[in-house]
Amino acid sequence: MKALAARRQDRRAPIVLLLLALLLTGGLYAVLAPTSADAAPVQASTNDIATGEKLFQANCASCHGPAASGTASGPSLIGVGAAAVDFQVGTGRMPMQMSGPQALPKPVQFDQEQINQLAAFVASLGAGPAIPTAEQVDPALGDVANGMLIFRTNCAMCHNAVGAGGALSQGKFAPNLWETTPTHLYEAMLTGPQSMPVFNDANITPEEKRDIIAFIDQQGGTSPGGLDLGALGPVSEGLWAWVVGMGLLIGAAVWIGAKSS
Amino acid sequence: MTTTATPTPVEKIAGGTADYLDQRTGIGTFVKTFARKIFPDHWSFLLGEIALFSFITILISGVFLTIFFVPSMTEVHYEGPWAAMNGVEMSEAFASTLRLSFEVRGGLLMRQIHHWAALIFMAAIVTHMMRVFFTGAFRKPREVNWVVGFLLLILGLAAGFSGYSLPDDVLSGNGLRITDGVVKAVPIIGSYTSYFIFGGEFPGQDLIPRLFTVHILLVPGIILALIGLHLFFVVLHKHTQYPGSGRSDKNVVGYPLFPIYVAKAGGYFFTVFGVIALMAATMSINPVWNYGPYDPSPISAGAQPDWYMLFLEGSLRLMPGFTEVVIGHYTLSLNVIIPAMVVPGILFTLLAAYPFIEAFATGDKREHHVLDRPRNRPFRTAFGVSILTAFFILVLAGSNDLIATHFHMSLNDITWAFRVLIFVGPWFAFWVTKRICLGLQRKDRELVLHGHETGRIVRFANGEYIEVHKPLDAHERWLRVQHDAIRPLEIEPAEDSRGVRRKGYRLDRMRQRLSQTFYEDRIEPVTPAELAASHSHGQHDAIAPAGEPAPAQLTGAVGGGQHLVDPQDETALDGRNR
Repeated sequence: MKALAARRQDRRAPIVLLLLALLLTGGLYAVLAPTSADAAPVQASTNDIATGEKLFQANCASCHGPAASGTASGPSLIGVGAAAVDFQVGTGRMPMQMSGPQALPKPVQFDQEQINQLAAFVASLGAGPAIPTAEQVDPALGDVANGMLIFRTNCAMCHNAVGAGGALSQGKFAPNLWETTPTHLYEAMLTGPQSMPVFNDANITPEEKRDIIAFIDQQGGTSPGGLDLGALGPVSEGLWAWVVGMGLLIGAAVWIGAKSS
Repeated sequence: MTTTATPTPVEKIAGGTADYLDQRTGIGTFVKTFARKIFPDHWSFLLGEIALFSFITILISGVFLTIFFVPSMTEVHYEGPWAAMNGVEMSEAFASTLRLSFEVRGGLLMRQIHHWAALIFMAAIVTHMMRVFFTGAFRKPREVNWVVGFLLLILGLAAGFSGYSLPDDVLSGNGLRITDGVVKAVPIIGSYTSYFIFGGEFPGQDLIPRLFTVHILLVPGIILALIGLHLFFVVLHKHTQYPGSGRSDKNVVGYPLFPIYVAKAGGYFFTVFGVIALMAATMSINPVWNYGPYDPSPISAGAQPDWYMLFLEGSLRLMPGFTEVVIGHYTLSLNVIIPAMVVPGILFTLLAAYPFIEAFATGDKREHHVLDRPRNRPFRTAFGVSILTAFFILVLAGSNDLIATHFHMSLNDITWAFRVLIFVGPWFAFWVTKRICLGLQRKDRELVLHGHETGRIVRFANGEYIEVHKPLDAHERWLRVQHDAIRPLEIEPAEDSRGVRRKGYRLDRMRQRLSQTFYEDRIEPVTPAELAASHSHGQHDAIAPAGEPAPAQLTGAVGGGQHLVDPQDETALDGRNR
C-alpha cells in the first residue's frame, strides 16, 4: 500500500487509472452483456456507443425520437436490444425507405461496424436481447427433423411449409426465408419484427431455434423432384400444368391436325 | 392364270395368324367396318384424346404406385434418407410415400408422372368440354353423351381428390378437414354423415384405407366403364364435323380410321405420354416431404388444393363469415353451405343441364352433325364464357394469398374485389362476348355481300374514287351463310277463337320468354336473294356510277358505300374444302 500511496501523485497515475477503469468497464460488459460475441465481433466500447449515438441522431432520430423513446411515426427503441437493431438495419429494413404496410428489405445502408455501433447505442438504452453467437445459429449443429416439427407448428402458417413466404392481412406479408442469414433468422425469432410474434427463449429454446435454422437451411434449392416451381404448392403446379402441359399438347394437336393426311 | 408374287415368310405368318383369328372370332368383319370408319379431321377433335391418353398414363403409373404404397394409418417412426423426417412419427401411408419417393428406383418419377397426368387429365376434360360446348356438339342426338362426359368430369374430380389425400400429408389433410367441415355443415344429417365417412371423429383411423378403395377400384372402374360408353356413342352417332362446303348433317367428310387416324392417334398417345414424362422429370409436384405427416393442428400458408378443386377453395375464401345462423340450439352454417354446396351446385347444374335448356328454348327436334361456329350462336357462346369467367374468378379467389404476395397487394382488397367481381364479372363477360359474336356475324355479312377489300382504288374520269372489292369464292361464302337463323319461338295465343283460356299457355309463354332471351338479338345469315341484290347493285354501279343506291336494309351494307367487283372464278379450288 505504501508503494501505491507513494506513487499516487505521479504524473502517469491518471492514465493508469483510466486504463484500469476501461478494463473494468470492458470486463464488466463482457461478463454482464448476455452472450454477445458474434462472428462480427461486437466489442462495444463507450466510443462505439458514442459513435452509434451520432449515427442514430443522424439517421433514426427523426422517427424514433432524439432519445429513442419513440414518436408518432416510430416506436420506442428502449429495451429492444442489439439483436433488433442488427436484424432491422442488417437486412436493410431500417432506415425505412417509405411508409407502407410493412418495412421492406432493401440494400443495407451501413457497414457491419456501423450497425454494431448503432446496436451498441440502442443496447445501452436498456437491457434487451443481444446478437446471437455463431455457435447459437450454426445450422450444422441443429436437428433438422425437430426443426421441421417446430417450424410447421409455429412458423408455417405464415411463412409456408418450407419458408417460401405467405400473405398477411392488408398488404403485409411473411417473407421468404431462404436467403435470410442464420443470425438474422435467430434475431427475428427473438425480437419479433413487425407483424411477427416474439418467440422468446421460454417459448422456443435457443437449441430449438437452432433446429429451425437447420431446417430452413435445408430448404430453397433442395428439391429432389426437379424444379421446385417456387415451392408455392398446388396453385403454381396447376398453372404450369396448363401453361406447359396443355400448351405443348395443344400445340402438338394443331401440328398433327395440320399434317396432310 | 395370273402370276402372283410368292408371299414372303413374314406375310405368310401374318396372314396365317389373321386367318386363324378370323375363323374363330369373326374379327374380320369387325376390322373391315372399323378400318373404313370415317372421321373428320380437325385439331380440336384431339382434345378428348389428351384426356383419354393421360388417363391411360394414370392407370399405368398408378399400378406401379400401388405396388409400393401402404394404405394404412398405423403410426410408425420414419427412418430413411430424408433427414428432415428422421424419427418423426407418421402414418404408414406417409412413410411408404416417402419410401416410394426416395428409396424405390424410379418411384419419384412415377409419382410425379401420376400426379402431372392427373392435372393434365382434368385440364384436358375441361378443354374438351369447352370445345364441345362452344361448337354445339351436344345437340341432338348427343345430349346423353354430354351427360356421360359431365359425369366423367365429376368422377375425375372424385378420383383426383381421393388420390390427392392418400399420402396423408398436412396439405391434403387440410383438404380433408375442409371436406369434414362441409359435410358437417349439412343440416341435420351432417355430423352423422361425417362420423360415417371417417369412422368416428375426424380424422380417425379408417379414412386412408377407404379412400384407397375409392381411388384405385371404385372411381377408376366407373370412369373406365363410362369412357367405354362415351366412345361407343361417338362411333354410334358418328363424329361431328366443322361446317364447310360439301358437309351436311347427312354425311361425314374425312378420312378412314385405318391407317390415318390409327397413325395420328397412336402418335399422339406417345406425344401425350412424352409431355407428361418430360414434366414429371423436370418439375417437382406435390413434394409431400415438405408438408410433413398429417397432424390436425398445423396448417401452412399457401395451403390450396389442386387446380380443379381451387374454385371451391375460392368460393369458401370469398364467403363472409358472419352468415352463420343459430336457430334455437341448432347452427345453420350458411357460410359453408352457400360457398361449398350452393355455388358449385349452380355451376354444375347449369353445365349438365345446358343441352336440355337450349333444346327447350330452340324447340329444335332435328339431328345436328355439323358444328356451329361459336359466333353464330351468340347466347350460347356468351353463356359459356360467363360460366368460365365465374369459374376463373373463383380460382383466382382461391389463390388470393399468392396474388397478394406476388403483386404486392392487400389481401383484404383482393378479396373484396373478387366478392364484387363474382357477381359483376360473369354478366360483363356475357355482354362483351355477345357483342363480339354479333360483331363478327356482321363482319361475315359484310364480307359475303361486298367481298374482300383489295386496297385497289380506282379513279373514274369524272373524278369519283371507288375501291375494288374481291368477292368471296363459293367455299368461303358457304362457310358464312350455311347456318340456320334461329328465331324466337312463336306461340299460339292465350285464348282460342272462342275466348277460352288455352291449356299449357303458361308453359308456352315461359318457353317463349326463354327463347327470346336466347335469340332476340341476332344477325341472320345472308340469303340468296340478298346476295343477288347486292351483286346486281355492284354490276349496276360499274356500268352507271350515278345510279340510285340500293336501300341499306336490303343489302345490310353499313354506310351503303359503292364498290366495283373483280371478276373471279368463284369455284376455284383453294384447298378450303378439305
